[in-house]
Amino acid sequence: MKPAPFDYVRARTLDEALAALDGDSKILAGGQSLVPMLNMRLLRPARLVDINAVAGLDGVRGHPEGGLEIGALIRHTDLLVNPVVAERAPLLAAATAHVGHRAIRNRGTLGGSIAHADPAAELPAALLALDASVVVAGRSGQRRVALDDFLVGALTTALAADEVLVRIETPDARGAGWGFAEVARRPGDFAIAGVAALLRGEGRRCDQARVVAFGAHERPVRLRAAERALDGHDLSTALAASAAAQAAADCRPPDDVHATAAYRSHLVRVLTEQAVRDAVALVTR
Amino acid sequence: MSDCSIRLRVNGRAVERTVPARRSLADLLREDLGLTGTHVGCEHGVCGACTVLVDGRTARSCLLLAVQLEGAEVTTVEGLTPPAGLSALQEAFRECHALQCGFCTPGMLAAAHELLAENATPTRDEIRAAIAGNLCMCTGYVNIVRAIELAAHRLPR
Repeated sequence: MKPAPFDYVRARTLDEALAALDGDSKILAGGQSLVPMLNMRLLRPARLVDINAVAGLDGVRGHPEGGLEIGALIRHTDLLVNPVVAERAPLLAAATAHVGHRAIRNRGTLGGSIAHADPAAELPAALLALDASVVVAGRSGQRRVALDDFLVGALTTALAADEVLVRIETPDARGAGWGFAEVARRPGDFAIAGVAALLRGEGRRCDQARVVAFGAHERPVRLRAAERALDGHDLSTALAASAAAQAAADCRPPDDVHATAAYRSHLVRVLTEQAVRDAVALVTR
Repeated sequence: MSDCSIRLRVNGRAVERTVPARRSLADLLREDLGLTGTHVGCEHGVCGACTVLVDGRTARSCLLLAVQLEGAEVTTVEGLTPPAGLSALQEAFRECHALQCGFCTPGMLAAAHELLAENATPTRDEIRAAIAGNLCMCTGYVNIVRAIELAAHRLPR
């Protein structure tokens, strides 16, 4: 099982990478999803553009106002132990702990996970709950896209063939309650289904709930009915159960070899209750 | 199609080769360098048999292109083995019967090596999590977990 032949370009700068990209090329970052697809010849690009040597794409910066700017090339292992991420976006760190196995986390990148857009991936879901945006570079400059608009469908994003995802930005989430829950066959497997929750508010009152399901739709999806059950209310464990009762309304889970759609809907309800309950516990303790 | 020149270090020795861009690190090690201790199982990152250390961290050598390793330090199971005899971890695997067919063993050793380098007193759950990405079809894992526990116990304090 070997990839079809391709040309290889090691870009030293973002401009070099952009110059090398065309309609028949793929960006090589961590390669933990791309290379299996090459090996199985599900993809046969004419050229790989390796961005691993491009400097400045892997840092984490905390904004004075509380938000985060995360370089797309940061490895999962480094994200997991980053103190700024742990303080500002513990939801993202918790989600990262569920990504693959150690050897995969050592190579895989945050930007790669988003650009690959596997519907069952943890990180796009956690970032959607955090109201993240992505910054994308092209030959004519950079553009900033809300993650909700960037994620189009299964393995499909708004990234053009000649663009590079360079940065992920999240607004201030300090003090927000959060929860993350998933069910997978084994640790490190893609989730059968999972839920990320982020609750912002004042005291016990929830002003802005984000409840996102993954593995339960063609892309990570906000469970808006569940969010409405939380917005404007005083948080409690009972309220988590009310939100969970609404959870399955906004997703169309796939029916496949791993699980039936009905089982996934059940999981989305149960995991919503768990994730929201954990978030409530953090806010009301 | 496109050949690339690369320079890297493998088990402490400088290596310079020209390889096709599509050559995996696993194939570079086995086919070009004759280091057949690295085993190739699934070739898509699931089985963990080809796990090696790249700059001290585990990586699937089937999911890395050799050309990506320019300037890197790669350590295989041959590099984890002392010139004479066995490493403490390997000795513990032998004593605990932590291998039967041996196919998964090089990858298991790499994963266990990384674990013990970071955590000298892992719990049984931490050991199981550390080797969760390495499939073994023979042992049922119990003896592998025991071997890693034993090796941790024998680490110099």
